[in-house]
Amino acid sequence: METLKRQFTRLRDPRYYQIVVLGLLLGYGIVILDFGIRWQNMVVIVFTALGMQYAGTLIARLPRFDPLSPLISSLSLTLLLRTDEPMLAAAAASIAIAGKFLLRFRGKHIFNPANLALVSLMFISDHAWVSSGQWGNAAFGAFALACLGFLVLTRAKRAETTVFFILFYAALIFGRALWLSDPLSIPLHQLQNGALLIFSFFMISDPKTTPNTALGRTLFAGLVASVAFTIQYIYYQPNGPILALIISAPFVPLIDALLLGQNYRWDQPAGRNVSSIKGAF
Amino acid sequence: MRIIATILAAAATVAVATTAHAFCGFYVAKADTSIFNKASQVVLVRDENRTVITMANDFNGDVKDFAVVIPVPTKIEREQINVGDRAIVEHLDAYTAPRLVEYHDPDPCMRYERRNHIFDMAVPRSAPSLELDEDALSQGVVIEASYTVGEYDILILSATESSGLIRWLNDNDYRIPTGAKSVIDGYLKQDMRFFVAKVNLAEQSKLGFQYLRPLQVAYESNKFMLPIRLGTLNAKGKQELYVYALTRSGRVETTNYRTVNLPSNIEVPEFVENEFADFYRSMFDKQVAAENERAVFLEYAWDMGWCDPCAADPLSAQELRKLGVFWVGDAGNIGNRIAPAPAQNVFVTRLHVRYDNQHFPEDLMFQETGDRQNFQGRYVIRHSWKGEASCDISEYRAELGKRQEREAQQLASLTGWDIENIRKKIPFTDPVTPEKESWWKRLWG
Repeated sequence: METLKRQFTRLRDPRYYQIVVLGLLLGYGIVILDFGIRWQNMVVIVFTALGMQYAGTLIARLPRFDPLSPLISSLSLTLLLRTDEPMLAAAAASIAIAGKFLLRFRGKHIFNPANLALVSLMFISDHAWVSSGQWGNAAFGAFALACLGFLVLTRAKRAETTVFFILFYAALIFGRALWLSDPLSIPLHQLQNGALLIFSFFMISDPKTTPNTALGRTLFAGLVASVAFTIQYIYYQPNGPILALIISAPFVPLIDALLLGQNYRWDQPAGRNVSSIKGAF
Repeated sequence: MRIIATILAAAATVAVATTAHAFCGFYVAKADTSIFNKASQVVLVRDENRTVITMANDFNGDVKDFAVVIPVPTKIEREQINVGDRAIVEHLDAYTAPRLVEYHDPDPCMRYERRNHIFDMAVPRSAPSLELDEDALSQGVVIEASYTVGEYDILILSATESSGLIRWLNDNDYRIPTGAKSVIDGYLKQDMRFFVAKVNLAEQSKLGFQYLRPLQVAYESNKFMLPIRLGTLNAKGKQELYVYALTRSGRVETTNYRTVNLPSNIEVPEFVENEFADFYRSMFDKQVAAENERAVFLEYAWDMGWCDPCAADPLSAQELRKLGVFWVGDAGNIGNRIAPAPAQNVFVTRLHVRYDNQHFPEDLMFQETGDRQNFQGRYVIRHSWKGEASCDISEYRAELGKRQEREAQQLASLTGWDIENIRKKIPFTDPVTPEKESWWKRLWG
């Protein structure tokens, strides 16, 4: 009875659902949308990430090896990263996991692993890029439903970041459209970008790299939305949200310090009064 | 002595010609160029912030009526404008066009060398590329610059508000379509200028050109984009656009629309040789529909130093410089380049988009990736062996029958053509016997 209870508690970990949804998206992208995702890259990324996580677990002497987070980072990277050199894919996975162990502040890693890897690679090499247009509009409906399901079912308790990011970003885009006298079909089209949705539901929502309090997360969402809008529509560079997240991540410890809250634990998403900082990675 | 020299020269010519044949094949036929009506061609050269745009022009009416309005991101100086060479754009078109390739089955009883013949699906040419008409205008228009370049009179306009600009443009016979006001408002708020051009009849007769040459503009801007919205306003139905992107690092794709590879490397039945244009049109129609009419299609992505098979010779460094590829050395400045004739370090992407206002509400935004993987639209015909059989070729004929059926099925799924009609055009060696087909398929068709 006790083991069953423990198993159910384990299943409350929202990462299981996230892995399933990411896997389905990957399947859809490969089979139906025909992304040109190379299976060699996927294999390299998954194995490198798990390997690095294992090495990190040993070096940092953590209580147990956690495969879920590196798996999620691997799936996100496979979905978003495009490269023709498997070595770069391996580098991406390494940077993602290494950053988690090395770039920390007060018990939390600062940068979302997949985000850090993507931005690093975009700057390091010409041979790595993100194709933000590849999802088109057809996936929009089904994808949105899956994401909403994710929010509801797992009760990740961190929906503020996603919801407010989308709200702020949409407000900025619609505001710009009104100012430019653009027809509303244009901002709607800009919001129906699959890469933007993946970012909103699976990257910025990362509870481990966002502020601990609800107010903090709302502020953070506003910050990321503003920076993303500036990059995308004032400087006309692609991949605004991804760059905005990297730029905004160092502000999270600041927000945490100002607003005070408990660090997130995957196995206790609802949050308890546990003062342990060294949660599962 | 003279005779020997002539013979040597002739021999040398033949030798060179033979080498050329063995290298990339030769053309049997070029498909008709007017495959689509109203297709525009734009060459976009881009490296970091520096952009050169060449707009090919197929205006067929009275040159007095020619008028073009193009939004540009910055003020344009005289030296940034040029009138280009249409032949080079056509050369680029031929070099990147989807190609029909032909192989001949060897004698099943013996071994022969294969010969490759190549057809060329040169691009749809025609109509005025950026036929932009604009509405009534009023004051508040600033003529920032006025130039005569080649056969064109060019003005760079900016304005404080759109109605003044529109009224001025209409008064000066740049016909602006209704509905352009909000589009122009948007462009003006983003600090864009308007590059407007008309034909200077005196200059044109002095220069002696019979057709209108492409306009070229060089500028620096963060925006890697192509403004298509003005063009959609008064268009009835969809418009075809071909974009040739020339970059240093690799393939170019759109960031706000899906870029999809055209189906390629597909075997088609022999009769397609005579119907290549129809085949391509039907296939493209079907692909557009499959993508809900919202995709941009990649037809060619290749390093410009080589090709295989070649639908046209690679462009020379000189031709590329004329198109605006500013990082390519002149003929006398090769440096450590490998071969003098084809240019190095230039990657070409050919994108084909069929657009209208409803499915393409935004201007096209591009990004350059580091992807140097080669891609081309290539369709293969395998001619069966039709000679005398000097041995038992029943096995060959059985294989051939299966291959022909497979090609027919592929063609039907690719173009949407009726499979029965396709089968009628194929001289089956081993025809599909009625028993192989389900009886209900013949019931209702």
